Amino acid sequence: MSEDKNTKEPMFSAKIAKILTRPFNLENPITVQVLGICSALAVTVQMKPAIVMALSVTVVTAFSNLIISTLRNTIPSRIRIIVQLVVVAALVIIVDQVLKAYVYDISKKLSVFVGLIITNCILMGRLEAFAMAQKPWPSFVDGIGNGIGYGMILITVGFFRELLGSGKIFGIDVVPQFLYDAGYVSNGLMILPPMALITIGVIIWLQRSKNRELIDKS
Amino acid sequence: MHSNKYIFIYSILMVLVVAVALTVVAIQLKPAQENNIRIEKMQNILTSVNIAATPREAEALYSKVIIGNLVTDSEGNEISGVDAFGVDLAAELKKPEADRKYPVYLARLDNGDTCFVFQLRGKGLWGPIWGYISLKSDMNSINGVMFDHKGETPGLGAEISTPNFMGQFKDKQIFDAQGGFSSVQVVKGGAPDGDIHAVDAISGGTITSKGVEHMIHDCLLGYEAFIKKHNAIKP
Repeated sequence: MSEDKNTKEPMFSAKIAKILTRPFNLENPITVQVLGICSALAVTVQMKPAIVMALSVTVVTAFSNLIISTLRNTIPSRIRIIVQLVVVAALVIIVDQVLKAYVYDISKKLSVFVGLIITNCILMGRLEAFAMAQKPWPSFVDGIGNGIGYGMILITVGFFRELLGSGKIFGIDVVPQFLYDAGYVSNGLMILPPMALITIGVIIWLQRSKNRELIDKS
Repeated sequence: MHSNKYIFIYSILMVLVVAVALTVVAIQLKPAQENNIRIEKMQNILTSVNIAATPREAEALYSKVIIGNLVTDSEGNEISGVDAFGVDLAAELKKPEADRKYPVYLARLDNGDTCFVFQLRGKGLWGPIWGYISLKSDMNSINGVMFDHKGETPGLGAEISTPNFMGQFKDKQIFDAQGGFSSVQVVKGGAPDGDIHAVDAISGGTITSKGVEHMIHDCLLGYEAFIKKHNAIKP
């Protein structure tokens, strides 16, 4: 990823679009790079916390990428990880405070996992691999793309766990009563973390069966 | 390669900028956050009198249902001039018993009954647990309870805050037939049928269950004088 200083890129070129959509599939942070698994297991019991978490991570990756990319030529390389951490930590604290002020009940459900965005490998990965070498705008788009790629998986997992685990979507009952009367029981196992891992495993399996190039050669 | 001087100045500036930014954000959002905590407390008190309230309606419902509050000491004497809602029970319980202030809330239910709500605080397995307990006007049977916790194990100890567990406490009695304080036992393996002083513990959550038992016992002991006093006035 070399930096092109002379040519002026338009705001929405094909290259930018590619940076945005790459993390959705072939470079998905969770299913391909296997980063950020911890929070994906923890906050996907229901759709609502999963969406809030996805938004929080998207905001933090996008803005930390933007800030680090803007500062990239001034950051002394000997303390660059510290600088990155300070920026990420500050953004995470801001997000945490905003959630506490405006969506208090969800912030209680997310509890420590908002704070743990700081240690989310996706962030440091994007900062080191992308933002330190790219201009601010592509970096910002890259952060948004990775946040969405992460969020897509979170929301998919959250959807199946909430549907099968408690028969609800967004806390609203969707499994009709006659099914329960006929003997259908919500699978309590779906609410526990192991089933999140298995759900993600199934998603990885489906994705790789469609994209042959993702399958390891060995 | 940047010089050491550059690195030092860079770090100092960066930390200053971040500190100022975070301070501004924290100060800006503080009123909204404190309001959320206040509304949550109202919701909790309402839950203990078996009224489920969403954060939106909590404030209106609270002012309708909770008709008064007061602060009592461990002798059962009312302390005037203190707002019960502002009393921090966690801090009070650290003081010697004679100096403690216990908040009491008075609720009027839909059926016309008044009941007293007492605040609870204790220890679970991993951290603090807390809650509210409301007694019917006989000052003996439990009208409802509300428990919450900081970080008990999900699926095990954390079950104390589920309706299934909390519902068990309804109609249990805290005084025995002789009028002695017996509290409510949380029994591992299940309480005997029809025992009015015991409920089932949570399997796999014994330490948290026992924490609930001790919390109810210890906190109500502080309120005992107040409860007896008010019981005596009533016919």
